[in-house]
Amino acid sequence: MEATSTTQTLSPGAGAFSTAKKRPLLAHPMTEKAFIFFARGIISVALLTLIALIADVAIDGYERLTWNFFTAFPSRKAENAGILAAWTGSLWLLLLTITIALPVGVGAAVYLEEYGSKGPFTKLVELCIANLAGVPSVIYGILGLQVFVRSLGFERSLLSGALTLALLALPIIIMASREALRTVPKGYREGALALGATRWQTTRTQVLPVAIPGIATGCILAFSRAIGETAPLITLGALTYVAQVPNSVFSPFTALPIQAFNWLSRPQPEFHTNAAAAITVLLAFMIMLNLLAIIIRAKYQTRQR
Amino acid sequence: MSISGKSTWRPGEFVIEWILRVCSSLSVVTTLGIIAVLSIESVLFFEEVPVSRLLFDTEWTPLFLDKHFGIWPLLAGTLLTSAIALSFAVPAGLIIAIYVSEYASEGVRKVLKPVLELLAGIPTIVYGYFALLFITPMLQVIFPEMGSFNALSAGIAMGIMILPMMASLSEDAIYTVPRSLREGAYALGASKLQMIFGAVLPGAVGGITAAMILSAARAVGETMIVAIAAGQQPLLHLNPLQPVETMTAYIVQVSLGDTPHGTLEYHTLFAVAMMLFLLTMTLNIISLAIRERSKRMYR
Amino acid sequence: MKSKKRSLVLTALFAAGTVTAAPAPSFASPTSKGVVTVDGSSTVFPISEAVAEEFQRTHKGTGVTVGVSGTGGGFKKFVAGEVDIVDASRPIKATEMELAAKNGVTFIELPVAYDALSVVVNPKNSWATSLTTAELKKIWSPEAQGKITKWSDVRAGFPDKPLQLFGPGTDSGTFDYFTEVINGKEDASRGDYTSSEDDNVIVTGVSGNEGALGFFGVAFYEANKNRLKVVPIDDEKPENGAGPQEPTATHVIDGSYSPLSRPLFIYVRTEALARPEVAQFVSFYLEQVKSLASEVGYVSLPDEVLTKVQSRFASKVVGSLYDGKPQKPGTSLAQLLH
Repeated sequence: MEATSTTQTLSPGAGAFSTAKKRPLLAHPMTEKAFIFFARGIISVALLTLIALIADVAIDGYERLTWNFFTAFPSRKAENAGILAAWTGSLWLLLLTITIALPVGVGAAVYLEEYGSKGPFTKLVELCIANLAGVPSVIYGILGLQVFVRSLGFERSLLSGALTLALLALPIIIMASREALRTVPKGYREGALALGATRWQTTRTQVLPVAIPGIATGCILAFSRAIGETAPLITLGALTYVAQVPNSVFSPFTALPIQAFNWLSRPQPEFHTNAAAAITVLLAFMIMLNLLAIIIRAKYQTRQR
Repeated sequence: MSISGKSTWRPGEFVIEWILRVCSSLSVVTTLGIIAVLSIESVLFFEEVPVSRLLFDTEWTPLFLDKHFGIWPLLAGTLLTSAIALSFAVPAGLIIAIYVSEYASEGVRKVLKPVLELLAGIPTIVYGYFALLFITPMLQVIFPEMGSFNALSAGIAMGIMILPMMASLSEDAIYTVPRSLREGAYALGASKLQMIFGAVLPGAVGGITAAMILSAARAVGETMIVAIAAGQQPLLHLNPLQPVETMTAYIVQVSLGDTPHGTLEYHTLFAVAMMLFLLTMTLNIISLAIRERSKRMYR
Repeated sequence: MKSKKRSLVLTALFAAGTVTAAPAPSFASPTSKGVVTVDGSSTVFPISEAVAEEFQRTHKGTGVTVGVSGTGGGFKKFVAGEVDIVDASRPIKATEMELAAKNGVTFIELPVAYDALSVVVNPKNSWATSLTTAELKKIWSPEAQGKITKWSDVRAGFPDKPLQLFGPGTDSGTFDYFTEVINGKEDASRGDYTSSEDDNVIVTGVSGNEGALGFFGVAFYEANKNRLKVVPIDDEKPENGAGPQEPTATHVIDGSYSPLSRPLFIYVRTEALARPEVAQFVSFYLEQVKSLASEVGYVSLPDEVLTKVQSRFASKVVGSLYDGKPQKPGTSLAQLLH
């Protein structure tokens, strides 16, 4: 941001060199205008796509967004079917995933940023994180099925689902948290250490409080992505018809994307409307999470100044 | 380093450091877990089907009576859809990144970033149906001979999905280009665009390449869009107007299907997942190496 | 056992890393908490969902969960004792029966409804007013690949228009059954057609292409009648009703829609029946399925067959009617159950 403001004072290419009559294409003011126009065009298309996507789904599902839709269990009759099990399942899944992934992810980031030496262990960990960030989400589903559902015997419970999604979200959380920790000025740490604080005391009292808004923003985005995931839950074998609200981490569960996916695969168009309504709810939820991230970020940025 | 709190022995510190170390080692354990799970079942596949049949056959029909195990149709489908996605997302993402970092006002940035993040967070099943029911009919106006399922629509939807990632990673890369480089270019009388294309982009090329590769890895691993819109037809061709099947789509197909588990047909799932894992891993490692190198450049 | 060893390795791998220290396997067995667990085919899912819904209305306090892991995934969980009931769109296969025997799992096989595979074309298609099973074979057999590409290749007199084919996923029971009865061998099919696990995708494909032909379960035709045209099928065997027939309930039940109607099943673990809620659920299933199956778009079993199924359950006849082999065309449930 700073760079932009300083460069602007220097910018207009009106220096001695470019006053010549035959300007290279890139130096021509029209080219720049065209570039800006083009860039704005692309951004508008992206924006319009986003609006089209959300509007399309919301219009299709709007009529089903009644109170009953939120308080009813799935049904063979599309008009009676609701998402009670699905939204409570998604909410539980989200909270559990946060509980598992947040401490572990931030812990890992703290270790890598504040403790880690540039030894082979750190190198290996960094390599694995970078690699895991790009592993397709279906593969996490296969992992979850074999390890959590089968080997550890958690069955297809909320715990298995949350552990799988936590593993999926971890690399993103670690990377975002590291980024946030890196923005904390060195002076904070040096001051505390000079006063005789231990590394952990320094981290806990000086570094983490400053980094928390950044960590929070990154994590919210990671989690909002995790609850929209369909493929890993499908391979994990998440259930589709559940007529109970989860009451423990071992409860069988369904989730909004799974419910929507099932309704979409039904022949009757009324179920497709239900699916659109379920996706609208999911999108609304994600928009709220994103708004939260924006608010935190805005607060954080003003405090920095 | 000289003033670390190591002068006195504190057991609490020691325990905490170990806990944090365990947290970070979890990523290693997860990687090993994935490799273990995939190799255990892929081994069962390769016991029956030699690798040569995977590499030297051009047909993929493990679920048919006449079984062929040539991975190429799935690989071609994966690469085709990813290439389409990248050919949209890379230039568009780059232009957005340049615009945001060099031209946009603070207000525009503040709005744009969350919008892009939201675009990246939309569940991929939504994109899948968007491709099938929105993009395809639009494209059919231009290509009337195109069928309902094709690599092109799926690729475009995937491009929209990875655009934010490409844009935001490239913007990070552009942002790290030192100011001195920009000022140097201006001092030579460069216009702003000349500065961008002559100094900033070459300076950020490492980060941008890494962003491209990471986006490619994301495209290769994308599942629901291609499973819904690309048509699940393992044909060996590179025609974007024709249906294809990707590796991820095959995994979803078999894991939801009626094939008995423990059979050769079922084990193909793990062989394909293994190939996919190796593919994305290679891409990620290359990307990491490039990022490391370009980071060192400015240190 | 191999898988035991495997799981031990994995447990060791993960026990090291998981923060939530994991108790011994099979901690959370839902099979012990008054919950009936059903899993399997997505084709049978709507029927089981309907029964579960009604069951929970009348039997408060008992939970029923229904998953969709495909018939293969369902049987895998079933033979491992992880679920009580499997929804199956095909009979149990030999490999699965072996595994069940190895694990000491015995089961009762219960047909619950019919599905009629419907052959559909685009509404603009004015020529294909009927097809014979021989013509279907001509279209779908492995030899047709790359050769039968126009409607005129199917029957002289059909127009010279491209033939676009759509079919269910090669991993589905629908595909297995169709290839068995039409092409004579399970999984024998041409490969150059669009397949999808999601039958709605086939609906979209057929309704979007004039020269398209596709097949899937009758429920998908019933729900999309306005966008599709069903093709009556003639098996050229007068004893199964002369002439081409449409996939209606009457024709499925009287056998004249042979060979494209197939039974759908549930499999119940004998051991699980010791739990009263499972036994109650299965008998409730067999009482209610007649009305519920047709409500969700399938063809109900005729009374005489249903009675036989009920008595099969009452006397706990274990094993499969098919002995691990695919269903043969022309053998009706009534004959098999006899």
